[in-house]
Amino acid sequence: MRTERCGRCGSHLQSRDTGSLGRVWAFWLAGLICYVPANLNPMLITQTLLSSSKSTIVGGAVDLIHHGAIGVAIIILVASVLIPVGKFMAIAYLAVSVRRGSSISSARRHHLFEVVEFIGRWSMVDVFVVAILSSLVQLSVVASIHPGSAALTFALSVIFTMLSAQAFDTRLFWDTKDARNETT
Amino acid sequence: MSVATGDETDPQRATLFGGIPLESLIACPQCDALYVAHMPAVGERAVCERCHTVLIAPKRKAGLKIIALTSAVIILVAAALFFPFLTIRAAGFGNEASILDSASSFESGPMVLLALAVAAMIVVIPLIRTLLILYVLIPVVADRPPYAHAKHAFRLTQELKPWAMAEIFAIGCAVALVKVADLAHIGFGPAFWMFAVLVVIVIFNDNYMCTWSVWKSLELDQKEA
Repeated sequence: MRTERCGRCGSHLQSRDTGSLGRVWAFWLAGLICYVPANLNPMLITQTLLSSSKSTIVGGAVDLIHHGAIGVAIIILVASVLIPVGKFMAIAYLAVSVRRGSSISSARRHHLFEVVEFIGRWSMVDVFVVAILSSLVQLSVVASIHPGSAALTFALSVIFTMLSAQAFDTRLFWDTKDARNETT
Repeated sequence: MSVATGDETDPQRATLFGGIPLESLIACPQCDALYVAHMPAVGERAVCERCHTVLIAPKRKAGLKIIALTSAVIILVAAALFFPFLTIRAAGFGNEASILDSASSFESGPMVLLALAVAAMIVVIPLIRTLLILYVLIPVVADRPPYAHAKHAFRLTQELKPWAMAEIFAIGCAVALVKVADLAHIGFGPAFWMFAVLVVIVIFNDNYMCTWSVWKSLELDQKEA
């Protein structure tokens, strides 16, 4: 299939992006690989007068629950665990459904994709929290907070999954349905 | 149901598609359904029947409003950068952090990459987007031919949109405050309030922007010139 330039905005025109699914899976895998160390390594290193503690993403949320800040703990858990895991599963399901067809309607799958794309950016909230805390809490010996290596891998994981969602050619959802209708 | 500019014909020459002039056709960018576009009345929206993506949503005096709001964003970002953002006090020690301090808090080794990414997402990309939007819209509103490369500039603003994360940073502030609330006393600097206003403006601004109308006006101006 030949590609043309759009007469209006100059971007590449392609009836269907044939390389789309390949890029989706590549970024998806890269995101998943980064997500594993992001959960195993410490996100925050807190040093107070008496002690030094390292906390992972889930560990930090558990600490918050012990302090009684359940609302914030839920925000962190949703943004850093529920959304990324849900996103990995949703993109994988959508990519498979384009190839194999699905019992769920095109409109439903398109809707799911829009939710994934809208909500994915919000996972960055935890990285920003680490950035704010480690610049603000620098009180010499009393208390100081430093970023752990998980901040980097988690940010990479979010960026890769955003790229994965952006690589998806959403028109493919509707094609499979049309193609099936035409053949029957 | 494929892109209207066609696989066989040159897009420059293909001005008709099934007898309908190309300018009046609109293909849904999400699901590729093709429609004959009717400009909806101001305040109404044209929505794709299949996937419910908003296709056209003209607003009254949108151009002028967007220019006003984007100018406000530039002033607020520039000011918010240099004033203290949050202050902290505990056991006689105190510290204050600006937005740039937050972005540059990742210092060692590969963490520098993260610092660059954070700075880009909360300051640089939102600022570039606003500047480009002004560059594109000011001539359109003033009824002048668009500046050189206005089309590339506008396309770039659309591509950068998901990477501008100022509003997410604001939520991050709220979470960070609660996290250290029992460790120390936290105060808000002037930049915090500027940033709060900025987030509200950014959300309103995106609401006013109808990309189809902007493309249409860019194209009309080019033909007249």
